[in-house]
Amino acid sequence: MIEFFNALADPDNQFLQLSMIMGGLASISFGIIGTFVTTKRIGYLAGAISHSVFGGIGLALYLQVRVGLAWADPLWGAIFAAVLSALIVGFVSIYAKEREDTIIGTLWAVGMAAGILFIDRTPGYFNLTSYLFGDILLISTRDLMFVICLDLVVVGISVLFFNRFFGVCFDSEFTQLRGINTSFFYMFLLVLTALTVVLLVRIVGIVLVIALLTIPPAIASFYARRLWQMMVYSVIFCALFTWIGLALSYSFSLSSGPTIIVFSGAVYLVLLVVHNQFK
Amino acid sequence: MTIAPAIIFENISFSYHKRQILEEVNLKIPDGEFASIVGPNGGGKTTLLKLMLGLIKPDTGTIRIFGDTPEQAREKMGYMPQYAHLDMNFPATVMDVVLMGRLGKKKLWFSKQDKEKARIAIDEVDMASYIHTGFSELSGGQKQRVLIARALCSNPSILLLDEPTANVDQETEENLFSILQKLNTNMTILLVSHDLGFVSKYVKSVICVNRQVLIHPTTLMDGALIKDIYHSDLKMVRHDHRCSEGGHCHD
Repeated sequence: MIEFFNALADPDNQFLQLSMIMGGLASISFGIIGTFVTTKRIGYLAGAISHSVFGGIGLALYLQVRVGLAWADPLWGAIFAAVLSALIVGFVSIYAKEREDTIIGTLWAVGMAAGILFIDRTPGYFNLTSYLFGDILLISTRDLMFVICLDLVVVGISVLFFNRFFGVCFDSEFTQLRGINTSFFYMFLLVLTALTVVLLVRIVGIVLVIALLTIPPAIASFYARRLWQMMVYSVIFCALFTWIGLALSYSFSLSSGPTIIVFSGAVYLVLLVVHNQFK
Repeated sequence: MTIAPAIIFENISFSYHKRQILEEVNLKIPDGEFASIVGPNGGGKTTLLKLMLGLIKPDTGTIRIFGDTPEQAREKMGYMPQYAHLDMNFPATVMDVVLMGRLGKKKLWFSKQDKEKARIAIDEVDMASYIHTGFSELSGGQKQRVLIARALCSNPSILLLDEPTANVDQETEENLFSILQKLNTNMTILLVSHDLGFVSKYVKSVICVNRQVLIHPTTLMDGALIKDIYHSDLKMVRHDHRCSEGGHCHD
């Protein structure tokens, strides 16, 4: 561990400092959106969105390398695919209730498969593992800008519309009766989730997104009595998991994404047992 | 008729997934009514409430709430949904939940006045000492009362309650009904209940709902139908209660 702190202090290891800052900043959006996702119980929608991101990344790589569109960057591909699938998922869950799980499962798998097919047709070598399991150490300053913008948007919107989102998550039907356009706010929430998922993919990867989005709020819910408290606790837990996970992965030369997830999962299990013992 | 009825259903039919839930329903509920909606599961009790609220649209017919469409009249209605419909572990205090009743199109945050109204509503259901308690920490009956307070704090003229006494013991139920009886002095109350025998002690009339399309294709609220709905429970119906004009038959 000491080794990690030494490395962190070393100006040559700017990437490590950058990833610590990134982890902390990203936790703000993760904690807030994760709380909404957990209380609204749409974790599997977030899962579908995150897997469809892979399709977008594949498409962007294909367009960039094969078609020669320089602007078609994997980040834009990911954002495009995430928002598109959030809109699809939203319309499906509002208008086609009975087939919801099938359609969402299809989107989940097809998005992922499409990504692989695009990459098959794209010449060159791509580090698939970093997309699947994340690599926070590959963070660039542009990613940092993206995180700051996302944090501002997520915090701003959550403060502004807190009561509406509260209503949509707790009792959508009642909220609708109070004259609130709940479908709109539900879609809004899904789009924000999609943007957050893109960021999560950078850090823990497609496969592990749901874990980092739902574990901190699940722990926070043990201690929080109000929705905003749950958000604050989630942000704190998420930041701690990311930082400690990074330190562990650095010290033991492990992949950062899976280390973060295994560590948070272990803490969750322990606290779950403790919480149920002393309830 | 001198006073306009609170709720009018004219030839309402409703089906869901090609299954007829309600057929040709005609219904007039006078202002100040305290009625229980009874009937078997899937008979259309909740559907009836949701139609009044405009949450679902009838296939045919018109609904008027104080002369307005359900959407226009929403401000005048307080609604308590079915207990099981909510996440009981949601992180919220009693105050947070009740304040939802003060949500509105034009406001983003709750004002002092909203909080005051919520406080009054919480007081009305005798929950004042639990105002900052977590909703998930409350007992079943207390949760029901909080949800009633939420419905009350928009100052409704009509209170619609879906199974307000599900999962509560007899004493809590009596308690709840005495609160409702008090509220009935200045608002119309309709509630869905399973326990016909019990509620008939309190309510002014009973509305029986059962689509029963196969046996009675054209009727919905037919006095004789009670027999078909509650074969063995029939003896539990108290016959000293006052029925709405024309008894159970609204044709």
